[in-house]
Parts: sequence; structure tokens; C-alpha cells
Amino acid sequence: MIEIAVEKRLGSFNLDINLRLGERVTAIFGPSGAGKTTLLSLVAGLIRPERGRIVVEGRALFDSHAGINLPSHRRRIGYVFQDIRLFPHLNVAANLDYGRRALGLPRQATEMERVTALLDIGRLLKRRPSTLSGGEAARVAIGRALLGKPCLLLLDEPLASLDAARKHDILPYLRRLADEGGVPMLYVSHAEEEVRQLAQRIVRIDNGQVSGTD
Amino acid sequence: MGLSSEEWTAVTLTLRVALVACLCALPVAIAVAYLLARRNFPGKALLDALVYLPLVLPPVVTGYALLILFGRKGVIGAWLEQFGIVLAFRWTGAALAAAVMAFPLMVRAIRLAFESAETRLEQAASTLGAGPFWRFLTITLPLAFPGILAGFILAFAKALGEFGATITFVSNIPGETQTIATAIYTLIDIPGGEARALRLAAVSLVISFLALLASDVLSRREASGRRLSHD
Repeated sequence: MIEIAVEKRLGSFNLDINLRLGERVTAIFGPSGAGKTTLLSLVAGLIRPERGRIVVEGRALFDSHAGINLPSHRRRIGYVFQDIRLFPHLNVAANLDYGRRALGLPRQATEMERVTALLDIGRLLKRRPSTLSGGEAARVAIGRALLGKPCLLLLDEPLASLDAARKHDILPYLRRLADEGGVPMLYVSHAEEEVRQLAQRIVRIDNGQVSGTD
Repeated sequence: MGLSSEEWTAVTLTLRVALVACLCALPVAIAVAYLLARRNFPGKALLDALVYLPLVLPPVVTGYALLILFGRKGVIGAWLEQFGIVLAFRWTGAALAAAVMAFPLMVRAIRLAFESAETRLEQAASTLGAGPFWRFLTITLPLAFPGILAGFILAFAKALGEFGATITFVSNIPGETQTIATAIYTLIDIPGGEARALRLAAVSLVISFLALLASDVLSRREASGRRLSHD
């Protein structure tokens, strides 16, 4: 169960969202500038809301009444950024392993194998991010977020930078991720087709407000 | 052109002074550059001005200030002497003078590297569970490494040629504090010293040229690395 009730003002833009989500995959759908990325940044703790509550699986990440504001590195929120953001000085294997090392967890070969198999990135492990295609980089970014053992995975238009053919290549991986990943997902997109294929629930956002759900 | 043993002493002493100065200044410069590039705190403008002061002050004033502070009767010097550390008129004092004079150049290069490094990668590290210090070690520092190296080399080149603050603070004692620069200064005043002064000047030219060349090669390599990673 995910509860998001936040208010955030950015210049003249006002975000005021109130959501309770129980589904495995929820799509956040809306035109660009609607506040979708802002919403994800608030959940991940990269920006701070003026007021509200963010609770994931019973754990309060932010609560302005109780004075709770966990820093992003303590939230356990996986974030696949729209601009991917792989670490350029580390190879794919070290990118994938970054979260485990940051958290000081023991090495788990089976988990690494499961994720690399799920996303079909096993043969990329020695490569540098600069040598990957857009689709490969997006899959590595998803794997990296997943291996950080998040309790919620945020995906911000992971397909936006890809052409139509590549999108079709990646959609099956995302569907497998939704079915087998075992982590609830918030999936931001402005492409209706992607959203319909992946999400059990669609939340429409417009101008910083929820304009409908189905 | 063979160097006399006295001249060799000046050359090796100069290299040792410059290297020790830069190695000791580096961690401080990294910390100060990071604060100036990324943090806002009261007194930031003051720290900023203080760091760059040796760049604009007459070096003899900086040397005099060091003498007042770190001389054997100076506030810090007297305190350090309790632990058996004496800087005035020692090669370690020459290293301190060189470090202070080179510090602004080092901080400036490293600060630029921190300012141009993208915080979006640090955000990504943060969502993966990396706390501030781990982020700094694994993301910020490696990505700023070329800038840090450039700052180090620039500071090293500056430290090699430091004259005014050095001669004011630690004088010009052969074998202890006489560097290439102060040795040349002495030789010019000695009748018949021109040839030796010229030889040392040539050595100084070669060392400085090599340092600049190294920094150029490194920055080129960095530029091509950046191009690759943005493909």
C-alpha cells in the first residue's frame, strides 16, 4: 500500500496530489509539464514537499506533521531516471552492484543472475556505459535500481529516449519486470499504449492535480 | 652541462619542497574547493577571499605574515615548537610558503571540477542508498579527478618557482632552504656567477615545461574521455 498526499509549490506551478495505491503497477499518465517527474522526485526524496505524507508499505518516508523526512539514501526507493544516469566511470557490472555496496549488503550471486537474466544484460557486464545503445542503457538502469532492493520502483519514461522499434524491444522486459520483479512500481509516461500494456491502474495528472483514475 | 653538487642540492631540494607542499595542500584544497563549490554557509565570502589572498598580495607580505605566525616566536610557531616542529629557516618552512602560494591555483582548478560535475549522478547514487560521504568518494571525487590532477600540476609548477614568500620566511640557506629560484638570485649577484645562473635557469625551464606538457596531455585525454562518454 502506497499513500502519497503532498503539496509542493515550484514558482507558479502548484502540485497537490492525494493518492492511495494498492496495485502492483500504477501508471502516472499525463502531458509534459503536468508534474509527473516532480511527483517522483518528491517520493524519492530528491525534493521536499511543503506539506503532506508519503507512506510506502507502512513505512513513513515523509510526514510534515510528525516531522519525518527520510533522506533519499534511506528511503529504499529505486528510481529509473528519464535520462538514465548510469555512472560513466564504472562498467555495467559495477553500476549494477553500486546499490549493494552502498548499503553494505553481502554479495548475492543468485540475485544478480536473476536480474541480469530478467533484463537480458548478462553479456554487457564488462562494457562501459558510453558504449551501450539507448535500449541497453535503459535496461541496465532498470537492473541497477532493482538490485538496490527497493520497496518501490519509480520509472520515469524509461522508453522516452528510444525510437518506436526499440520501444517494442523493451516493453516485454518491462512486462516481465511487472510480473516477476516482485516490487511495486510507479510508471510515469505520456504514451497511452505503454501504460495500457503494463499498469493495472492509471492515474491521470494534469497541471499538478489528479484529473482522473481508471 | 654538468651541475655542481651545490646546484644539484638546490634542484633536488626544490623538487622535494614543491612535492611535499602540494601533497600536504591537496586534501585541504579538495575540502575547501568542495565547500566553495557546493555548500552555502555563513562566512563563505570571507573564506573565498582568504583562499585567493596569496594570489594578489605581494609575496613578500605573505612571507612576512608566515614569519609572524609561524616564526619561532610566532603564535603558531611557538606552539608547534612544543612538539619539536620548527618551520622558520627550514626546508619544511619553504614547503609551507610554497603550499600557501600555490593553494589558490589548486583550489581554483578543483573547484571548477566540482562545479561542472553533475549533481544528477549524485542523486542517482543517493536513490541507490549511498550516503553523502560514500557518494563523495565513489561519484564526486572520481569524476572530478582530472580537474584535481590539473590543479595539482599547476600548483606544483607554481611551487617550483616560488620566490618572494620563501626568501622572506625561510631565507636563502644553501642545503636547507635554497631552492632553484633563490639560488639563481644569489648567483646573479656573484661576480662570474652568470654561467651557473644560466644553467639553473635552464633546468628550471625544463622542469616547468615538462609540468605544463603533462597537464596539457592529461586535459586532452580528459576531453576525449568526455566526448566518448556522451556518445
